[in-house]
Amino acid sequence: MSELKTLYQEMILDHNKNPRNFRAMEDADRSVEGYNPLCGDHYTVYMKMDGEMVKDISFTGAGCAISKASASVMSAMVKGKTRAQAEKLFEQFHQLVTGEVGGENHIEELGKLAAFSGVSEFPARVKCAILAWHTMKSALEAKAETVTTE
Amino acid sequence: MSIATDIATPAVASKFDVARIRKDFPILHTKVHGKPLVYLDNAATSQKPQSVIDALARYYKEQNSNVHRGVHFLSGFATEAYEETRKKITRYINAASEREVIFVRGTTEGVNLVAQSFGKKFIGKGDEAVISALEHHSNIVPWQMVCDERGATLRVAPINDDGEIIVEEYAKLLNAKTKIVAFAHVSNALGTVNPVKEMIALAHDHGIPVLIDGAQALPHMRVDMQDLDCDFYTFSSHKMFGPTGVGVLYGKEKLLNAMPPYQGGGDMIRSVTFEKTTYNDLPYKFEAGTPNIADVVGFGAAIDYLNNLDFPAIESYEHDLLAYATEVLTSNKRVRIIGTSKHKAGVISFVVDGVHAHDVGTIVDSEGIAVRTGHHCAMPVMERFKVAATARASFAFYNTKEEVDALARGINKVIEVFG
Ligand SMILES: Cc1ncc(COP(=O)(O)O)c(C=O)c1O
Repeated sequence: MSELKTLYQEMILDHNKNPRNFRAMEDADRSVEGYNPLCGDHYTVYMKMDGEMVKDISFTGAGCAISKASASVMSAMVKGKTRAQAEKLFEQFHQLVTGEVGGENHIEELGKLAAFSGVSEFPARVKCAILAWHTMKSALEAKAETVTTE
Repeated sequence: MSIATDIATPAVASKFDVARIRKDFPILHTKVHGKPLVYLDNAATSQKPQSVIDALARYYKEQNSNVHRGVHFLSGFATEAYEETRKKITRYINAASEREVIFVRGTTEGVNLVAQSFGKKFIGKGDEAVISALEHHSNIVPWQMVCDERGATLRVAPINDDGEIIVEEYAKLLNAKTKIVAFAHVSNALGTVNPVKEMIALAHDHGIPVLIDGAQALPHMRVDMQDLDCDFYTFSSHKMFGPTGVGVLYGKEKLLNAMPPYQGGGDMIRSVTFEKTTYNDLPYKFEAGTPNIADVVGFGAAIDYLNNLDFPAIESYEHDLLAYATEVLTSNKRVRIIGTSKHKAGVISFVVDGVHAHDVGTIVDSEGIAVRTGHHCAMPVMERFKVAATARASFAFYNTKEEVDALARGINKVIEVFG
């Protein structure tokens, strides 16, 4: 049960129930679909850039609690960041959920992302956690195709 | 509908001893996350009895050799062991002859073989193939491929809200352009047992051959090819307590003879020159290359195992288990079962209100309970019922009511976590 509690932390359950930035964006300058064919998780990430800055970001779609909370936290963290900062967050998150993260200090730097540290104990769920992040990264690169984490 | 069960005592007198049966399956006594394994993913693959495991080891220790090719002792021995399984299966499914029993990799390859070979010869531009809305992807995609190649149209018989094929609608799809009908005996996503005999007869009224995907039927019931009168029937060893990597395509001899080979290579030929090759007789015509000998031998051991069981008793035991599980799960107001046909095999697809199937799967797994979550290779079924995914508990005769209770507790835990 304790491992389970590290996966389904309060914050994850909360973001799943009340996802932030959960809406379509009419005037987005880019939108990318992310799809995990294995479990059917399916999201669209909308983005509006202002030069190098992510001026606004939102998402729609459906999936498991891990994927939805991850999309919600991702949107909250990336909003207002520069492209370089957002890419750095992607790298940090990726390392975190695949269990490649370094010492304690590193975890503390991650802020809200740290809630996802339990995911690395559940290899089958890594794809769920990473889906929205991959989709965001493609949006940054303005790749229009569907992204999958299969 | 069996040839072997009549040796047993009458069904009423037989009592199925699940505790004894469980002793035959070593994996059922292992632990997962420190909890006893509760294996409820039998529709994906079943567990294997010790006798099958032993047969595999014995084959490699004492019998390994290639088949049909050598004059030496071991080659003869391996050939005999391989062909012995074909004989056992012929009897087990009551095929008219061993020539009608072709070894393939599994159900998927069985369907592909027929779609490609039969399709090449008999499906042309403007023709139609008919399947149903509850098929596994492996009984959809091969037909889409051949229809695309041949300029034919794929028609789909609809299902109702209980997950049953609407037979009247199916009948309306059959016409002079229909060249083949293919559907599952038992649905892996919904558990529905289709009225196969009736559906076969309806197709035959139009002279249309029928392929049955029996992947989910064989683990639960005996089937009789001559009684069903289907033209093709295909199933996988690994879902019926045998090894992975082998399955059977049954086909009526006349049709198989009329069909071109599926793959070319060794064993499927009689003579080869650069000008002309003559093909081997059935069933070898469709078995190109070195087959999966060891697993065929292991499959033979699985058939022996099944032959020693009392199937009427098993069917009634599984029926009770399914009824019990249905009652226990539906007593939880947050649980909705997808697939509510009156005729079901041991499969329960369900959703927990407000919780994604994947989260259900992870949480019950932490209790040692293996269920499948996702679309179960039946995305059109998910679409039909407007769910992205379901959790699925699927039973074998070695499962127990205690395991159903464990699942019910697992689901309560899901609700505890998610509120
Ligand atoms: C109804 C049905 N058809 C076909 C298949 C495919 O079987 P296999 O993967 O053994 O080829 C399965 C199993 O996944 C199934 O449940």
